[in-house]
Amino acid sequence: MTATARHAALVAAACAALGAAVALQLARDRWYPRSDIQAAEILYVRSPAAMQRLALDHDSLLADVYWIRAVQYYGGNRLAPQLRKHHYELLYPMLDITTSLDPHFNIAYRFGAIFLSEEYPGGPGRSDQAIALLRKGLAARPDKWQYYLDAGFVNYFHLHDYRAAADWFSRGARLPNAPNWMPPLAAATLAKGNDRASSRFLWRQLLDSDQAWLRNAATRALQQLDALDQMDRLEEIVRRYPPPMGQPHSWIGLIRRGVLAGLPVDPTRTPYDIDPETGRVALSPSSSLNPMPFDTARQAR
Amino acid sequence: MHAIRSVAVNVFKESVRDRVPYNLVLFAVLLISSSYLLGQLTAGQDVKIVKDLGLSATAVFGLFIAVFIGIGLVSKEVERRSIYPLLAKPVSRPQFIAGKYAGLVLTLAVNVAVMTIALYVVLGYMSWMEPAAVRASWDAPGPDPRLLKAIALIFLELMLVTAIALFFSTFSGPLLSAALTLGLYIVGQFNADLKNFDRVVNSKTAIWLARGAYHVLPDLSAFDVKTQVVHGLPVSSGYMLATTGYAAVYIAALLLGAVAIFSRRDFK
Repeated sequence: MTATARHAALVAAACAALGAAVALQLARDRWYPRSDIQAAEILYVRSPAAMQRLALDHDSLLADVYWIRAVQYYGGNRLAPQLRKHHYELLYPMLDITTSLDPHFNIAYRFGAIFLSEEYPGGPGRSDQAIALLRKGLAARPDKWQYYLDAGFVNYFHLHDYRAAADWFSRGARLPNAPNWMPPLAAATLAKGNDRASSRFLWRQLLDSDQAWLRNAATRALQQLDALDQMDRLEEIVRRYPPPMGQPHSWIGLIRRGVLAGLPVDPTRTPYDIDPETGRVALSPSSSLNPMPFDTARQAR
Repeated sequence: MHAIRSVAVNVFKESVRDRVPYNLVLFAVLLISSSYLLGQLTAGQDVKIVKDLGLSATAVFGLFIAVFIGIGLVSKEVERRSIYPLLAKPVSRPQFIAGKYAGLVLTLAVNVAVMTIALYVVLGYMSWMEPAAVRASWDAPGPDPRLLKAIALIFLELMLVTAIALFFSTFSGPLLSAALTLGLYIVGQFNADLKNFDRVVNSKTAIWLARGAYHVLPDLSAFDVKTQVVHGLPVSSGYMLATTGYAAVYIAALLLGAVAIFSRRDFK
Protein backbone atom coordinates (compact mmCIF):
# COMPACT_ATOMS: atom_id res chain seq x y z
CA MET A 1 0.00 0.00 0.00
CA THR A 2 1.43 3.39 -0.97
CA ALA A 3 1.69 6.28 1.50
CA THR A 4 -1.09 8.17 -0.29
CA ALA A 5 -3.42 5.18 -0.22
CA ARG A 6 -2.65 4.61 3.46
CA HIS A 7 -3.41 8.28 4.20
CA ALA A 8 -6.70 8.09 2.27
CA ALA A 9 -7.65 4.91 4.13
CA LEU A 10 -6.95 6.61 7.47
CA VAL A 11 -9.10 9.63 6.56
CA ALA A 12 -11.88 7.35 5.38
CA ALA A 13 -11.70 5.33 8.60
CA ALA A 14 -11.83 8.51 10.69
CA CYS A 15 -14.89 9.72 8.73
CA ALA A 16 -16.55 6.33 9.14
CA ALA A 17 -15.90 6.35 12.90
CA LEU A 18 -17.38 9.84 13.17
CA GLY A 19 -20.41 8.73 11.17
CA ALA A 20 -20.83 5.73 13.47
CA ALA A 21 -20.68 8.04 16.50
CA VAL A 22 -23.42 10.25 15.04
CA ALA A 23 -25.57 7.20 14.24
CA LEU A 24 -25.08 5.80 17.75
CA GLN A 25 -25.98 9.13 19.30
CA LEU A 26 -29.15 9.35 17.23
CA ALA A 27 -30.10 5.79 18.18
CA ARG A 28 -29.35 6.35 21.88
CA ASP A 29 -31.46 9.54 21.92
CA ARG A 30 -34.32 7.59 20.33
CA TRP A 31 -34.07 4.62 22.71
CA TYR A 32 -33.32 6.59 25.89
CA PRO A 33 -34.84 10.06 25.45
CA ARG A 34 -33.36 12.63 27.79
CA SER A 35 -35.43 15.26 29.54
CA ASP A 36 -34.08 18.45 27.96
CA ILE A 37 -36.45 20.61 30.00
CA GLN A 38 -35.01 19.39 33.27
CA ALA A 39 -31.48 20.06 32.08
CA ALA A 40 -32.34 23.55 30.91
CA GLU A 41 -34.03 24.56 34.14
CA ILE A 42 -31.15 24.03 36.52
CA LEU A 43 -29.59 27.10 38.03
CA TYR A 44 -26.24 25.93 39.32
CA VAL A 45 -25.22 29.10 41.08
CA ARG A 46 -27.92 31.17 42.72
CA SER A 47 -25.73 33.73 44.42
CA PRO A 48 -25.03 36.82 42.30
CA ALA A 49 -21.97 37.59 44.47
CA ALA A 50 -20.53 34.11 43.90
CA MET A 51 -21.18 34.40 40.19
CA GLN A 52 -19.36 37.73 40.08
CA ARG A 53 -16.30 36.01 41.58
CA LEU A 54 -16.46 33.11 39.16
CA ALA A 55 -16.71 35.43 36.16
CA LEU A 56 -13.18 36.81 36.72
CA ASP A 57 -13.14 39.89 34.47
CA HIS A 58 -15.75 38.55 32.06
CA ASP A 59 -18.84 39.56 34.09
CA SER A 60 -20.38 41.41 31.18
CA LEU A 61 -20.21 38.38 28.91
CA LEU A 62 -21.56 36.12 31.64
CA ALA A 63 -24.41 38.60 32.14
CA ASP A 64 -25.23 38.12 28.44
CA VAL A 65 -25.26 34.35 28.91
CA TYR A 66 -27.65 34.66 31.86
CA TRP A 67 -29.83 37.11 29.93
CA ILE A 68 -30.11 34.68 27.02
CA ARG A 69 -30.91 31.89 29.50
CA ALA A 70 -33.59 34.06 31.12
CA VAL A 71 -35.18 34.86 27.74
CA GLN A 72 -35.09 31.20 26.69
CA TYR A 73 -36.42 30.06 30.07
CA TYR A 74 -39.29 32.54 29.98
CA GLY A 75 -40.10 31.91 26.32
CA GLY A 76 -39.84 28.13 26.69
CA ASN A 77 -42.24 28.07 29.62
CA ARG A 78 -44.63 30.58 28.14
CA LEU A 79 -44.91 28.64 24.90
CA ALA A 80 -45.06 25.26 26.66
CA PRO A 81 -48.10 23.12 25.81
CA GLN A 82 -51.26 24.03 27.77
CA LEU A 83 -51.26 20.69 29.56
CA ARG A 84 -47.84 21.19 31.07
CA LYS A 85 -47.55 23.29 34.20
CA HIS A 86 -45.73 26.52 33.53
CA HIS A 87 -42.73 27.08 35.80
CA TYR A 88 -41.22 30.50 36.32
CA GLU A 89 -39.45 30.04 39.69
CA LEU A 90 -35.99 30.61 38.24
CA LEU A 91 -36.86 33.74 36.26
CA TYR A 92 -36.16 36.25 39.02
CA PRO A 93 -32.90 34.58 40.20
CA MET A 94 -31.68 34.57 36.59
CA LEU A 95 -32.51 38.24 36.10
CA ASP A 96 -31.00 39.05 39.49
CA ILE A 97 -27.71 37.39 38.50
CA THR A 98 -27.79 39.08 35.07
CA THR A 99 -28.19 42.54 36.57
CA SER A 100 -25.66 41.88 39.34
CA LEU A 101 -23.05 40.84 36.79
CA ASP A 102 -23.81 43.87 34.63
CA PRO A 103 -25.60 46.58 36.64
CA HIS A 104 -26.02 48.67 33.47
CA PHE A 105 -27.91 45.99 31.55
CA ASN A 106 -30.79 48.25 30.63
CA ILE A 107 -32.91 45.75 28.73
CA ALA A 108 -32.68 43.13 31.48
CA TYR A 109 -34.41 45.51 33.89
CA ARG A 110 -37.04 46.68 31.42
CA PHE A 111 -38.01 43.41 29.74
CA GLY A 112 -37.36 41.51 32.96
CA ALA A 113 -39.99 43.61 34.71
CA ILE A 114 -42.46 42.91 31.90
CA PHE A 115 -41.77 39.16 32.01
CA LEU A 116 -42.10 39.00 35.80
CA SER A 117 -45.33 40.97 36.03
CA GLU A 118 -47.20 39.01 33.32
CA GLU A 119 -50.13 37.15 34.86
CA TYR A 120 -50.00 33.35 35.04
CA PRO A 121 -49.87 31.36 32.73
CA GLY A 122 -48.26 34.03 30.52
CA GLY A 123 -45.76 34.77 33.28
CA PRO A 124 -45.22 34.30 37.00
CA GLY A 125 -47.47 37.25 37.92
CA ARG A 126 -44.84 38.55 40.34
CA SER A 127 -45.30 42.30 40.16
CA ASP A 128 -43.45 42.61 43.48
CA GLN A 129 -40.33 41.07 41.90
CA ALA A 130 -40.75 43.28 38.83
CA ILE A 131 -40.76 46.38 41.03
CA ALA A 132 -37.79 45.04 43.04
CA LEU A 133 -35.84 44.54 39.79
CA LEU A 134 -36.63 48.08 38.63
CA ARG A 135 -35.63 49.48 42.04
CA LYS A 136 -32.32 47.66 41.65
CA GLY A 137 -31.97 49.27 38.20
CA LEU A 138 -32.67 52.70 39.66
CA ALA A 139 -30.01 52.15 42.32
CA ALA A 140 -27.50 51.53 39.50
CA ARG A 141 -28.81 54.21 37.15
CA PRO A 142 -30.91 56.83 38.96
CA ASP A 143 -31.17 58.91 35.77
CA LYS A 144 -33.27 56.33 33.92
CA TRP A 145 -36.80 57.73 33.64
CA GLN A 146 -37.75 54.59 31.70
CA TYR A 147 -37.52 52.50 34.90
CA TYR A 148 -39.98 54.84 36.62
CA LEU A 149 -42.29 54.51 33.62
CA ASP A 150 -42.04 50.71 33.75
CA ALA A 151 -42.69 50.61 37.50
CA GLY A 152 -45.75 52.81 36.96
CA PHE A 153 -46.80 50.51 34.12
CA VAL A 154 -46.61 47.46 36.42
CA ASN A 155 -48.67 49.24 39.09
CA TYR A 156 -51.20 50.44 36.54
CA PHE A 157 -51.86 47.26 34.56
CA HIS A 158 -51.04 44.47 36.97
CA LEU A 159 -51.60 45.78 40.48
CA HIS A 160 -54.35 48.27 39.47
CA ASP A 161 -52.86 50.66 42.02
CA TYR A 162 -53.37 53.92 40.14
CA ARG A 163 -52.14 56.13 42.98
CA ALA A 164 -48.83 54.24 43.12
CA ALA A 165 -48.62 54.30 39.30
CA ALA A 166 -49.13 58.07 39.27
CA ASP A 167 -46.48 58.42 41.96
CA TRP A 168 -43.92 56.48 39.85
CA PHE A 169 -44.81 58.52 36.74
CA SER A 170 -44.45 61.82 38.58
CA ARG A 171 -41.11 60.79 40.13
CA GLY A 172 -39.84 59.88 36.66
CA ALA A 173 -41.22 63.14 35.26
CA ARG A 174 -39.04 65.09 37.71
CA LEU A 175 -35.83 63.80 36.07
CA PRO A 176 -34.19 66.39 33.80
CA ASN A 177 -34.07 64.06 30.78
CA ALA A 178 -37.70 62.83 31.12
CA PRO A 179 -39.96 63.34 28.08
CA ASN A 180 -42.54 66.11 28.24
CA TRP A 181 -45.51 63.71 28.14
CA MET A 182 -44.68 62.21 31.52
CA PRO A 183 -46.09 64.99 33.77
CA PRO A 184 -49.54 64.95 32.04
CA LEU A 185 -49.48 61.14 32.18
CA ALA A 186 -48.95 61.26 35.95
CA ALA A 187 -51.75 63.80 36.34
CA ALA A 188 -54.17 61.85 34.13
CA THR A 189 -53.43 58.58 35.93
CA LEU A 190 -54.07 60.19 39.30
CA ALA A 191 -57.25 61.91 38.15
CA LYS A 192 -58.92 59.17 36.11
CA GLY A 193 -57.37 55.92 37.32
CA ASN A 194 -58.41 53.03 35.12
CA ASP A 195 -59.66 54.88 32.08
CA ARG A 196 -59.10 53.68 28.56
CA ALA A 197 -57.54 56.91 27.33
CA SER A 198 -54.70 56.57 29.85
CA SER A 199 -54.27 52.89 28.99
CA ARG A 200 -54.20 53.74 25.30
CA PHE A 201 -51.64 56.46 25.91
CA LEU A 202 -49.38 54.08 27.83
CA TRP A 203 -49.55 51.36 25.20
CA ARG A 204 -48.85 53.88 22.42
CA GLN A 205 -45.49 54.62 24.09
CA LEU A 206 -44.58 50.95 23.57
CA LEU A 207 -45.50 51.06 19.88
CA ASP A 208 -42.17 52.88 19.37
CA SER A 209 -40.18 50.07 20.98
CA ASP A 210 -37.30 48.66 18.96
CA GLN A 211 -38.48 45.13 19.84
CA ALA A 212 -40.97 43.49 17.49
CA TRP A 213 -42.65 41.35 20.15
CA LEU A 214 -43.22 44.38 22.37
CA ARG A 215 -44.70 46.31 19.44
CA ASN A 216 -46.95 43.31 18.72
CA ALA A 217 -48.06 43.19 22.37
CA ALA A 218 -48.85 46.92 22.25
CA THR A 219 -50.75 46.54 18.95
CA ARG A 220 -52.84 43.73 20.44
CA ALA A 221 -53.55 45.73 23.61
CA LEU A 222 -54.63 48.72 21.50
CA GLN A 223 -56.92 46.46 19.45
CA GLN A 224 -58.45 45.20 22.70
CA LEU A 225 -59.08 48.77 23.81
CA ASP A 226 -60.66 49.54 20.43
CA ALA A 227 -62.85 46.44 20.83
CA LEU A 228 -64.00 47.65 24.27
CA ASP A 229 -65.00 51.00 22.73
CA GLN A 230 -66.78 49.28 19.84
CA MET A 231 -68.69 46.96 22.19
CA ASP A 232 -69.86 49.97 24.21
CA ARG A 233 -71.10 51.69 21.04
CA LEU A 234 -72.84 48.51 19.81
CA GLU A 235 -74.60 48.06 23.17
CA GLU A 236 -75.78 51.65 22.90
CA ILE A 237 -77.24 50.84 19.43
CA VAL A 238 -78.84 47.63 20.76
CA ARG A 239 -80.46 49.61 23.58
CA ARG A 240 -81.71 52.31 21.22
CA TYR A 241 -83.19 49.81 18.73
CA PRO A 242 -84.77 46.98 20.79
CA PRO A 243 -86.22 44.00 18.86
CA PRO A 244 -89.96 43.73 18.22
CA MET A 245 -91.92 42.19 21.11
CA GLY A 246 -91.16 38.48 21.60
CA GLN A 247 -88.13 38.41 19.34
CA PRO A 248 -84.52 37.86 20.54
CA HIS A 249 -81.67 40.34 20.14
CA SER A 250 -79.71 39.54 17.01
CA TRP A 251 -77.37 41.20 14.50
CA ILE A 252 -79.51 39.89 11.63
CA GLY A 253 -82.52 41.70 13.07
CA LEU A 254 -80.62 44.98 13.26
CA ILE A 255 -79.24 44.52 9.72
CA ARG A 256 -82.74 43.78 8.32
CA ARG A 257 -84.05 46.92 9.97
CA GLY A 258 -81.22 48.92 8.34
CA VAL A 259 -79.59 49.88 11.66
CA LEU A 260 -76.36 48.05 10.83
CA ALA A 261 -74.80 47.68 7.39
CA GLY A 262 -73.33 44.28 8.14
CA LEU A 263 -72.11 41.94 10.85
CA PRO A 264 -70.11 44.00 13.34
CA VAL A 265 -66.57 42.65 13.61
CA ASP A 266 -63.77 43.25 16.09
CA PRO A 267 -60.35 44.60 15.01
CA THR A 268 -59.24 41.07 14.11
CA ARG A 269 -62.26 40.76 11.72
CA THR A 270 -64.07 38.25 13.98
CA PRO A 271 -67.82 38.99 14.40
CA TYR A 272 -68.99 40.06 17.86
CA ASP A 273 -71.43 37.90 19.83
CA ILE A 274 -74.74 39.27 21.07
CA ASP A 275 -76.71 37.77 23.96
CA PRO A 276 -80.24 37.02 22.53
CA GLU A 277 -81.90 37.73 25.90
CA THR A 278 -80.05 40.71 27.38
CA GLY A 279 -78.52 42.21 24.21
CA ARG A 280 -75.10 42.32 25.87
CA VAL A 281 -72.28 42.45 23.31
CA ALA A 282 -69.17 40.33 23.82
CA LEU A 283 -66.13 39.13 21.93
CA SER A 284 -66.55 35.84 20.10
CA PRO A 285 -64.78 33.00 21.98
CA SER A 286 -62.88 32.37 18.74
CA SER A 287 -61.45 35.90 18.66
CA SER A 288 -57.69 36.12 19.11
CA LEU A 289 -58.22 39.17 21.32
CA ASN A 290 -59.29 36.90 24.19
CA PRO A 291 -58.70 37.09 27.11
CA MET A 292 -59.65 40.75 27.46
CA PRO A 293 -57.94 43.00 30.02
CA PHE A 294 -59.59 43.98 33.29
CA ASP A 295 -61.88 46.92 32.56
CA THR A 296 -63.87 48.47 35.38
CA ALA A 297 -66.03 50.50 32.99
CA ARG A 298 -67.55 47.35 31.39
CA GLN A 299 -67.31 45.34 34.61
CA ALA A 300 -69.65 47.79 36.34
CA ARG A 301 -72.46 47.19 33.85
CA MET B 1 19.37 46.70 19.82
CA HIS B 2 20.01 44.59 16.71
CA ALA B 3 20.34 41.46 18.85
CA ILE B 4 17.01 42.16 20.62
CA ARG B 5 15.30 42.71 17.27
CA SER B 6 16.72 39.45 15.87
CA VAL B 7 15.52 37.44 18.86
CA ALA B 8 12.09 39.16 18.75
CA VAL B 9 11.60 38.51 15.04
CA ASN B 10 12.61 34.91 15.58
CA VAL B 11 9.98 34.49 18.34
CA PHE B 12 7.35 36.00 16.06
CA LYS B 13 8.31 33.71 13.15
CA GLU B 14 8.23 30.72 15.47
CA SER B 15 4.72 31.59 16.65
CA VAL B 16 3.60 31.77 13.03
CA ARG B 17 5.22 28.38 12.42
CA ASP B 18 3.37 27.08 15.50
CA ARG B 19 0.11 28.09 13.75
CA VAL B 20 -0.81 30.67 16.37
CA PRO B 21 -2.59 32.85 13.74
CA TYR B 22 -5.14 30.03 13.38
CA ASN B 23 -6.84 31.44 16.48
CA LEU B 24 -7.68 34.51 14.40
CA VAL B 25 -9.75 32.42 12.01
CA LEU B 26 -11.50 30.87 15.01
CA PHE B 27 -12.13 34.33 16.43
CA ALA B 28 -13.65 35.58 13.17
CA VAL B 29 -15.86 32.50 12.83
CA LEU B 30 -16.95 32.83 16.47
CA LEU B 31 -17.92 36.48 16.03
CA ILE B 32 -19.71 36.10 12.71
CA SER B 33 -21.64 32.99 13.72
CA SER B 34 -22.54 34.41 17.13
CA SER B 35 -23.82 37.66 15.63
CA TYR B 36 -26.23 35.60 13.54
CA LEU B 37 -27.20 33.11 16.27
CA LEU B 38 -27.71 35.76 18.95
CA GLY B 39 -30.37 37.44 16.87
CA GLN B 40 -32.36 34.21 17.09
CA LEU B 41 -31.72 33.59 20.80
CA THR B 42 -32.07 36.86 22.61
CA ALA B 43 -34.61 39.66 22.87
CA GLY B 44 -32.54 42.61 21.64
CA GLN B 45 -29.03 43.54 22.74
CA ASP B 46 -27.32 41.64 19.88
CA VAL B 47 -24.79 44.42 19.44
CA LYS B 48 -24.01 44.61 23.17
CA ILE B 49 -23.50 40.86 23.26
CA VAL B 50 -21.26 40.86 20.18
CA LYS B 51 -19.17 43.63 21.80
CA ASP B 52 -18.94 41.65 25.07
CA LEU B 53 -18.07 38.49 23.19
CA GLY B 54 -15.50 40.24 21.00
CA LEU B 55 -13.74 41.90 23.94
CA SER B 56 -13.81 38.78 26.13
CA ALA B 57 -12.62 36.56 23.28
CA THR B 58 -9.76 38.99 22.58
CA ALA B 59 -8.76 38.79 26.25
CA VAL B 60 -9.09 34.99 26.48
CA PHE B 61 -7.34 34.18 23.17
CA GLY B 62 -4.60 36.64 24.10
CA LEU B 63 -4.28 35.11 27.56
CA PHE B 64 -3.79 31.64 26.11
CA ILE B 65 -1.14 32.91 23.70
CA ALA B 66 0.63 34.88 26.44
CA VAL B 67 0.63 31.99 28.91
CA PHE B 68 1.26 28.99 26.71
CA ILE B 69 3.89 30.59 24.52
CA GLY B 70 5.31 32.75 27.31
CA ILE B 71 6.06 29.82 29.60
CA GLY B 72 8.14 28.13 26.92
CA LEU B 73 10.10 31.17 25.84
CA VAL B 74 13.14 30.36 27.96
CA SER B 75 12.52 26.85 29.25
CA LYS B 76 12.05 25.44 25.73
CA GLU B 77 15.41 26.84 24.63
CA VAL B 78 17.02 25.26 27.70
CA GLU B 79 15.30 21.89 27.16
CA ARG B 80 16.24 21.81 23.47
CA ARG B 81 19.74 22.98 24.40
CA SER B 82 19.46 25.66 21.72
CA ILE B 83 20.33 28.19 24.42
CA TYR B 84 24.07 27.33 24.14
CA PRO B 85 24.68 28.47 20.55
CA LEU B 86 22.38 31.45 21.16
CA LEU B 87 24.34 32.73 24.13
CA ALA B 88 27.64 31.90 22.45
CA LYS B 89 26.68 34.45 19.78
CA PRO B 90 26.98 38.12 20.63
CA VAL B 91 23.60 38.04 22.47
CA SER B 92 23.78 38.94 26.12
CA ARG B 93 21.38 37.37 28.59
CA PRO B 94 19.45 40.64 29.18
CA GLN B 95 19.16 41.09 25.39
CA PHE B 96 17.92 37.52 25.11
CA ILE B 97 15.16 38.13 27.71
CA ALA B 98 14.21 41.50 26.19
CA GLY B 99 14.11 40.01 22.70
CA LYS B 100 11.98 37.07 23.78
CA TYR B 101 9.55 39.42 25.51
CA ALA B 102 9.41 41.85 22.57
CA GLY B 103 8.77 38.97 20.16
CA LEU B 104 5.81 37.65 22.08
CA VAL B 105 4.42 41.16 22.57
CA LEU B 106 4.71 41.63 18.80
CA THR B 107 2.78 38.38 18.25
CA LEU B 108 0.12 39.55 20.67
CA ALA B 109 -0.04 43.00 19.06
CA VAL B 110 -0.66 41.48 15.62
CA ASN B 111 -3.31 39.15 17.07
CA VAL B 112 -5.10 41.88 19.00
CA ALA B 113 -4.97 44.22 15.99
CA VAL B 114 -6.52 41.63 13.66
CA MET B 115 -9.18 40.70 16.24
CA THR B 116 -10.00 44.39 16.72
CA ILE B 117 -10.45 44.86 12.97
CA ALA B 118 -12.66 41.76 12.80
CA LEU B 119 -14.78 43.04 15.71
CA TYR B 120 -15.23 46.46 14.09
CA VAL B 121 -16.16 44.88 10.75
CA VAL B 122 -18.85 42.70 12.37
CA LEU B 123 -20.17 45.64 14.42
CA GLY B 124 -20.15 47.89 11.38
CA TYR B 125 -22.12 45.34 9.40
CA MET B 126 -24.66 44.86 12.22
CA SER B 127 -25.02 48.61 12.55
CA TRP B 128 -25.53 49.00 8.81
CA MET B 129 -28.22 46.29 8.78
CA GLU B 130 -30.30 47.80 11.59
CA PRO B 131 -32.78 50.63 10.98
CA ALA B 132 -32.06 54.03 12.53
CA ALA B 133 -34.80 53.60 15.17
CA VAL B 134 -33.15 50.46 16.52
CA ARG B 135 -29.69 52.04 16.46
CA ALA B 136 -31.05 54.97 18.44
CA SER B 137 -32.06 52.61 21.27
CA TRP B 138 -28.48 51.33 21.75
CA ASP B 139 -26.47 52.58 24.71
CA ALA B 140 -23.51 53.24 22.42
CA PRO B 141 -23.02 53.15 18.64
CA GLY B 142 -22.08 49.82 17.04
CA PRO B 143 -18.49 50.47 15.88
CA ASP B 144 -17.82 52.75 18.86
CA PRO B 145 -14.27 54.24 19.00
CA ARG B 146 -14.46 54.02 22.82
CA LEU B 147 -14.04 50.25 22.49
CA LEU B 148 -10.39 50.96 21.73
CA LYS B 149 -9.89 52.01 25.34
CA ALA B 150 -10.96 48.58 26.56
CA ILE B 151 -8.84 46.90 23.88
CA ALA B 152 -5.81 49.00 24.85
CA LEU B 153 -6.17 47.93 28.50
CA ILE B 154 -6.65 44.28 27.45
CA PHE B 155 -3.40 44.53 25.50
CA LEU B 156 -1.61 46.04 28.50
CA GLU B 157 -2.94 43.25 30.69
CA LEU B 158 -1.66 40.69 28.17
CA MET B 159 1.75 42.39 28.17
CA LEU B 160 1.79 42.06 31.94
CA VAL B 161 0.75 38.39 31.84
CA THR B 162 3.48 37.75 29.24
CA ALA B 163 6.05 39.31 31.57
CA ILE B 164 4.79 37.09 34.42
CA ALA B 165 5.03 33.97 32.23
CA LEU B 166 8.50 34.93 31.06
CA PHE B 167 9.60 35.61 34.64
CA PHE B 168 8.53 32.14 35.76
CA SER B 169 9.97 30.60 32.61
CA THR B 170 13.47 31.73 33.59
CA PHE B 171 13.67 29.40 36.59
CA SER B 172 11.01 26.68 36.22
CA GLY B 173 9.71 24.15 33.72
CA PRO B 174 6.72 24.76 31.43
CA LEU B 175 4.18 22.95 33.61
CA LEU B 176 5.07 24.77 36.80
CA SER B 177 5.35 28.07 34.93
CA ALA B 178 1.85 27.60 33.48
CA ALA B 179 0.42 26.79 36.91
CA LEU B 180 2.14 29.76 38.54
CA THR B 181 1.18 32.19 35.77
CA LEU B 182 -2.46 31.11 35.67
CA GLY B 183 -2.53 31.16 39.49
CA LEU B 184 -1.19 34.69 39.58
CA TYR B 185 -3.63 35.71 36.85
CA ILE B 186 -6.57 34.48 38.95
CA VAL B 187 -5.19 36.04 42.14
CA GLY B 188 -4.70 39.27 40.20
CA GLN B 189 -8.42 39.36 39.39
CA PHE B 190 -9.32 39.24 43.11
CA ASN B 191 -6.52 41.53 44.20
CA ALA B 192 -8.80 44.50 44.88
CA ASP B 193 -10.50 42.46 47.63
CA LEU B 194 -7.27 42.36 49.62
CA LYS B 195 -7.44 46.13 49.97
CA ASN B 196 -10.67 45.87 51.94
CA PHE B 197 -9.56 42.97 54.11
CA ASP B 198 -10.16 45.03 57.26
CA ARG B 199 -13.90 44.66 56.67
CA VAL B 200 -13.80 40.91 57.27
CA VAL B 201 -11.01 40.42 59.86
CA ASN B 202 -9.91 42.26 62.99
CA SER B 203 -6.29 41.09 63.20
CA LYS B 204 -3.93 43.97 62.50
CA THR B 205 -1.22 41.60 61.23
CA ALA B 206 -3.60 39.95 58.78
CA ILE B 207 -4.76 43.35 57.56
CA TRP B 208 -1.18 44.53 57.00
CA LEU B 209 -0.29 41.30 55.24
CA ALA B 210 -3.32 41.64 52.98
CA ARG B 211 -2.43 45.28 52.23
CA GLY B 212 1.12 44.24 51.43
CA ALA B 213 -0.11 41.50 49.10
CA TYR B 214 -2.47 43.98 47.47
CA HIS B 215 0.45 46.22 46.55
CA VAL B 216 2.92 43.49 45.58
CA LEU B 217 0.62 41.22 43.52
CA PRO B 218 -0.51 42.44 40.07
CA ASP B 219 -3.84 44.27 40.18
CA LEU B 220 -5.34 42.83 36.99
CA SER B 221 -8.94 43.84 37.69
CA ALA B 222 -7.88 47.45 37.05
CA PHE B 223 -7.46 46.59 33.36
CA ASP B 224 -11.11 45.64 32.96
CA VAL B 225 -13.26 48.50 31.62
CA LYS B 226 -15.23 46.32 29.22
CA THR B 227 -18.61 46.89 30.88
CA GLN B 228 -18.15 50.67 30.87
CA VAL B 229 -17.19 50.98 27.21
CA VAL B 230 -19.91 48.60 26.04
CA HIS B 231 -22.53 50.80 27.73
CA GLY B 232 -20.89 53.98 26.43
CA LEU B 233 -19.94 55.13 29.94
CA PRO B 234 -16.90 57.40 30.26
CA VAL B 235 -13.43 56.05 31.07
CA SER B 236 -11.26 59.06 31.90
CA SER B 237 -7.92 59.70 30.23
CA GLY B 238 -6.42 60.05 33.71
CA TYR B 239 -7.49 56.49 34.55
CA MET B 240 -6.06 55.20 31.28
CA LEU B 241 -2.79 57.01 31.91
CA ALA B 242 -2.49 55.81 35.52
CA THR B 243 -3.23 52.19 34.54
CA THR B 244 -0.74 52.36 31.64
CA GLY B 245 1.91 53.71 34.00
CA TYR B 246 1.15 50.94 36.51
CA ALA B 247 1.51 48.29 33.77
CA ALA B 248 4.78 49.80 32.52
CA VAL B 249 6.49 49.81 35.91
CA TYR B 250 5.17 46.39 36.89
CA ILE B 251 6.37 44.90 33.57
CA ALA B 252 9.74 46.59 34.06
CA ALA B 253 10.01 45.06 37.54
CA LEU B 254 9.19 41.57 36.22
CA LEU B 255 11.62 41.82 33.29
CA LEU B 256 14.39 43.10 35.52
CA GLY B 257 13.67 40.24 37.92
CA ALA B 258 13.72 37.78 35.01
CA VAL B 259 17.06 39.18 33.79
CA ALA B 260 18.50 38.99 37.32
CA ILE B 261 17.53 35.32 37.70
CA PHE B 262 18.51 34.37 34.16
CA SER B 263 21.90 36.09 34.42
CA ARG B 264 22.86 33.96 37.41
CA ARG B 265 21.52 30.74 35.96
CA ASP B 266 24.08 28.02 35.29
CA PHE B 267 23.31 25.87 32.23
CA LYS B 268 26.03 23.26 32.81
